[in-house]
Amino acid sequence: MTWINAVVQGLFLGGLYALFACGLSLIFGVMRIINLAHGDLAVAGAFLIWTINSQFGLNPFVALLPALPIMLVVGYVLHRTVLARSLRGGALIPLLTTFGLSIVIQNALLQGYSPDVRSLGAAAGDWTTGSWRLTDQLSVPYIGVCTLAVACLVLGGLQLLLRRTAFGREMRATAQDADTAALVGIPAASIYARATAIAVGTATLAGAFLAVHSTFDASSGPTQLIFAFEAVIIGGIGSLWGTLAGGVVLGVAQTVGAAIDPQYSILAGHLVFLIVLAGPRGRSLITRSAPA
Amino acid sequence: MTLLEVENLAARHGLLQAVRGVSFTVDQGEILAIVGANGAGKSTLLRTIAGAHPAAQGGVRFDGTDLAGVPAHKRVGLGIALVPEGRKLFGELTVEENLAVAGRRSRPGPWDLKAVLDAFPMLEPLRGHRASSLSGGQQQATSIARALMTNPRLLLIDEVSLGLAPVAVDAVYESVRTLKDAGATLLIVEQDLGRALSVADRVLCFLEGRIALSAPTGEVTREQVTAAYFGLDRPSVPEQT
Repeated sequence: MTWINAVVQGLFLGGLYALFACGLSLIFGVMRIINLAHGDLAVAGAFLIWTINSQFGLNPFVALLPALPIMLVVGYVLHRTVLARSLRGGALIPLLTTFGLSIVIQNALLQGYSPDVRSLGAAAGDWTTGSWRLTDQLSVPYIGVCTLAVACLVLGGLQLLLRRTAFGREMRATAQDADTAALVGIPAASIYARATAIAVGTATLAGAFLAVHSTFDASSGPTQLIFAFEAVIIGGIGSLWGTLAGGVVLGVAQTVGAAIDPQYSILAGHLVFLIVLAGPRGRSLITRSAPA
Repeated sequence: MTLLEVENLAARHGLLQAVRGVSFTVDQGEILAIVGANGAGKSTLLRTIAGAHPAAQGGVRFDGTDLAGVPAHKRVGLGIALVPEGRKLFGELTVEENLAVAGRRSRPGPWDLKAVLDAFPMLEPLRGHRASSLSGGQQQATSIARALMTNPRLLLIDEVSLGLAPVAVDAVYESVRTLKDAGATLLIVEQDLGRALSVADRVLCFLEGRIALSAPTGEVTREQVTAAYFGLDRPSVPEQT
């Protein structure tokens, strides 16, 4: 039963990783940028929600309502002012730009909020620590179910957006060939900016669940980035539902590892990632990125 | 009425000067064929007019508007559409999605999904097929249809028949004749002299980035165009970069 419980807890943890990963996957799919600041943007969103909560006493999930539009605007402006310029400099410049952005965000948060570790679990209410107890050794946490459900909704919503809307078609066309997209009247810069806004919005959502589910501080971003990156690779680049599957596989690997020995938790996730990377998927990634 | 004015236009690929100070005009409703050997600068000229390639010198005016600094997507809004060499369809999108994506920001005009499917009946049963799964002729038809969805006032078609089976070339040229009958203004890059001369009102022959011959198709023989094509009727000019 311990193993079943580990798998169940991993499933819900995977929902959180998938939520982190979907924005990273979207930006990579549309712009071919690996946004190294993605985790820090999520943590910045968590701090924004923490600020709204502490200033106005709003429940963190209610505080998401003003925080989300703010972070959408942040994402849009970030692209227009920083990423759009770096995109013109070739493949390496955006990577370096987002790396620099990550450092700037971490230090700004450190300066503004101190290195203290925080959590919004208590502010969100008692339900976040409650669970359905199925047996003595198996319980289903409310917050886990909520996180997984939101991850499924966000990924499903993104899938619908990409497949069923005119904007989604434009995003897919631009992702495939931005130069040709311009020749049919699509302004690539605007599409990219809106995609970045959506990605930062989903990162903020992930940051909110991280803050409620666990603890966070100014330097939490890179860890979340690594988990998101691993989920994207395990699930397959460019596949949104694959991202959910990747998040779940990573989450289950970590909780099963922790069931063996708590110190194996993170290591088990990394090992699964490395196994995937060594397999056919990893080889196809290397082939894809090799110079012609 | 003059729709397009190209004045002393030059364009480069790095150190290579692909287009060397060419000037010409295209009238409303005219079909201009540009012929020339590979590397003569034809495709670069079309891409420069469409805004997909920067001009090194000179300028392009469209219906009196100077296009300097106007990006490609805004030129589409003004009424310039390019059917690029190699078709460049969005392979992961269906035929209908390829058409719809071009129609979303189109100018007001007669071309919509129904109109282009009427003009290209071969595409009707292929609406739900991925563009990457189409044959060369079907892709070329989709590419022209996609450009029409923007309701262009000037349609630029690069390498109309390149890589197509003869039966597909016939179908594509049939659609070009349909457009001609509808009064469209077209600028066609073509290597097949016979085909180009059969539909165009005027022909420009490019040689090493320059215009070697410009004449109405009714006033020029195929032999004269061939001579200009190979540079047989003029002394060789020293390279300039």
